[in-house]
Amino acid sequence: MKKVYGSAAEALDGLLRDDMLIAAGGFGLCGIPELLLQAIKESGVKDLTFASNNAGVDDFGIGILLQTKQVRKMISSYVGENAEFMRQYLSGELELEFNPQGTLAERMRSAGCGIPGFYTKTGVGTVIAEGKEHKEFNGETYILEHGIFADLSIVKAWKADETGNLVFRKTARNFNPPAAMCGKVCVAEVEEIVPVGSLDPDKIHLPGIYVHRLIQGDHEKRIEQRTVRKREEA
Amino acid sequence: MPWDRNQMAARAAEELEDGMYVNLGIGIPTLVANYVGDKDITLQSENGMLGMGPFPFEGEEDPDLINAGKQTITELRRTSYFDSAQSFGMIRGGKIAAAILGAMEVSEKGDLANWMIPGKLVKGMGGAMDLVAGVGRVIVVMDHTNKHGESKVLKECTLPLTGKAVVDLIITNLGVLEVGHKGLHILECADGVSHDDIRAATEATIV
Repeated sequence: MKKVYGSAAEALDGLLRDDMLIAAGGFGLCGIPELLLQAIKESGVKDLTFASNNAGVDDFGIGILLQTKQVRKMISSYVGENAEFMRQYLSGELELEFNPQGTLAERMRSAGCGIPGFYTKTGVGTVIAEGKEHKEFNGETYILEHGIFADLSIVKAWKADETGNLVFRKTARNFNPPAAMCGKVCVAEVEEIVPVGSLDPDKIHLPGIYVHRLIQGDHEKRIEQRTVRKREEA
Repeated sequence: MPWDRNQMAARAAEELEDGMYVNLGIGIPTLVANYVGDKDITLQSENGMLGMGPFPFEGEEDPDLINAGKQTITELRRTSYFDSAQSFGMIRGGKIAAAILGAMEVSEKGDLANWMIPGKLVKGMGGAMDLVAGVGRVIVVMDHTNKHGESKVLKECTLPLTGKAVVDLIITNLGVLEVGHKGLHILECADGVSHDDIRAATEATIV
């Protein structure tokens, strides 16, 4: 089965429709599937729900789909850096479901593992727990959280082989593996596709079983907060 | 003299023991890393890293290497990387010994509010709810009073909670308070600050 496609638009062909739920990898602007997001924008598909830790910034990441009003709902843990997001949210155009970050990651991971729900202590006694089933285990209270079963996963990795085995780089791994696991179909964009056999099988971070389509491309990899120290402090 | 930000961070660092895996929040908690001295402390960044190093030198920033505050950082020889599900697995699973966090309000029962003010712009809780529910010990570092001079250490929090009965220790510019079963205990006062000064500045029950 051929997994490698020539462009983001080709890789997404036949997968996009209005009203769908997309799980996207990335943390802030780090490790986001920037090429696939651009192609989703150009496709014109709308009323999308994104399960993504953040919503990008105004002109990068999921932010570019907010500008064109293609997003109806975000499931996120932190949306701080996006003025257009706030404008649409406060005016009621955009729906927002806050999830604690670990709960969001586990909702993706568990769905990908065929587990439709799990109990967690996170959020007990807060607004997050309202309306959710509470259960005691060993004298402690937990709440039920549901898996996120996405229609489509879009992720970004560093390298892939032609069978879709993925290797991530440093903290750009973040939400990409759990997001990849929870979709019916997963499209991955990478910086380099290498021939089968050239990745060390012991160093594959996400096996190709989770990855259905693959593209290679040039990434801007924008830095959100450049923080440095001076040489003399060393 | 009440403690300044660096003195509060230095006091918080005294709570850390050799060998601990620790998560530091944004703001004053970040400064704690400057005061761990010779102790072997491994810092977790909840986006998926253990062994967080200092900021990079100019020109060495790597867009693939950031902390939970989205700042560029560096790795250490001991560093390991993992995905967000595993990162919060180790948090939820109690493997992280302590989290040091900032706060808007703390109650005498250890309730913590640090993620939203109703009517103001809500940015989200990020990983704060997971951290306070999961780590071994939650240490709050904050100013004792807000900019209006009102106590941030309260009988009950007025803001939406990040966690209920989760805080173990409160370090403020006035001193150190422990959350006990019947109220707060003053463990230590800043230089020149008396128990009475702390009581006067605190709305919560001090026993």
